[in-house]
Amino acid sequence: MANFRELLKQLKQEIDEPTAEVVRARLEAGEPLRLLDVREDDEVAGGILPGAAHLSRAHFESRIEDVVPDKNSEVVVYCASGVRSVFSAKTLKDLGYTNVSSMAGGFNRWRDLGFDFSVPRMLDASERERYARHIILPQVGEEGQLKLLDSKVLVIGAGGLGSPALLYLAAAGVGTIGIIDNDVVDDSNLQRQVIHSTDRIGVLKAESAKQTIKGINPDVNVEIHAFRLDASNVTEVISQYDVIVDGTDNFDTRYIVNDAAVPLGKPVIHGSIFRFEGMVSTFVPGDGPCYRCLYPEAPPPELAPSCSEAGVLGVLPGIVGSLQANEALKLLIGYGDPLVGRLLTFDAQSTRFAEVKVRKDPHCSVCGDVQVPETVPAAAPATV
Amino acid sequence: MSVTVRIPTQLRTFTEGASEVEASGATIGDLVTELGRRHPGITERIVDEAGALRRFVNIYLDEEDVRFLKNLETEVPEGAKVSIIPAVAGG
Repeated sequence: MANFRELLKQLKQEIDEPTAEVVRARLEAGEPLRLLDVREDDEVAGGILPGAAHLSRAHFESRIEDVVPDKNSEVVVYCASGVRSVFSAKTLKDLGYTNVSSMAGGFNRWRDLGFDFSVPRMLDASERERYARHIILPQVGEEGQLKLLDSKVLVIGAGGLGSPALLYLAAAGVGTIGIIDNDVVDDSNLQRQVIHSTDRIGVLKAESAKQTIKGINPDVNVEIHAFRLDASNVTEVISQYDVIVDGTDNFDTRYIVNDAAVPLGKPVIHGSIFRFEGMVSTFVPGDGPCYRCLYPEAPPPELAPSCSEAGVLGVLPGIVGSLQANEALKLLIGYGDPLVGRLLTFDAQSTRFAEVKVRKDPHCSVCGDVQVPETVPAAAPATV
Repeated sequence: MSVTVRIPTQLRTFTEGASEVEASGATIGDLVTELGRRHPGITERIVDEAGALRRFVNIYLDEEDVRFLKNLETEVPEGAKVSIIPAVAGG
């Protein structure tokens, strides 16, 4: 039985050990190396090589296939000094990775040579605890959770759809949540608007929602916009956010939001409900259709009764608004398959979901000829 | 061609509350006319005075919006599922 030094010596004969200089030269030449940092979290907090993935040795075997799915890609493993990385490289070979090496001297040598490294933003201990069930998901991880904490979502309407969307976005750790609503809590709201409560009747809905959010997750920064969106203020408000969740209760606002979001390149997650039925779709400018591609015009008021006139099952917005939150998380973190070009409908009476296609209309009055903002002058006016 | 037509909540007042009805017609336009014959008043909610599909009502042949096929001229194959999905605004 070999002791530690003998085993290390033996492995070093089996594993390639390029120097930091060689690794850097190859990266600068644009070679497709996957850098894998196997140090512990507290070590990585002091700096990590640009573009490196981090996977500490504690979870190495169980998660490596999620981090590096292609077993034929070239992987350069490093640690602090080049010892642990030899053992990790050996593990990779045993797992079937065909092109693995260990960077000699590790991060310390790289830093001592004066090569570039970045100091990553890390979750602190309480964040790691709070978001533990997210972080353990390979699709989210610490990186995805950090994206959420840095993201800004605007929820239009703190009503039926806004309530569950706000609750879940806040719990998920979206860093900044904007709420647009100029209404106050009424007792007839409480049958479905679960972010509010009986003792808040008469309180501004945005303020009531903020209080609930702060109770769930005090780290969320809540911005209150206690006015009605119109053509004069929409561009300024939505330009401050990454993703817009549309949970308003009227067609005018829905079209104002859509028509301003398209030139700004802001994704809008649409949810709407009527009695027992609801629909959800995700409109990403430049990547799919917009709301006007789906419905070019609003119905006249006499053909569009509101929830107060027609009624709505209380749990329906709970389901539809939760689906909107689900879409927002996918867009913000960047996993999965959002409802782009798809309209999901839900019927609470039969408990049936259905899906139809939403085509981008080349003649759409809003997105037909519009390009995404990268190629359009900044501050393109909203066509409202 | 007899097909199943999915009726949205807003139009169920015309179908005695039924969420699905059977109708037959060679094209989507024929189906809408036939629906109106069986359920008076429903056609006017789907098409305008000029007989064009209203711009806040979509009709889907299976998963496809007929506005991106041949509109009301879209042929309806046997066994297809037709869904009427109007815009709703509630939140």
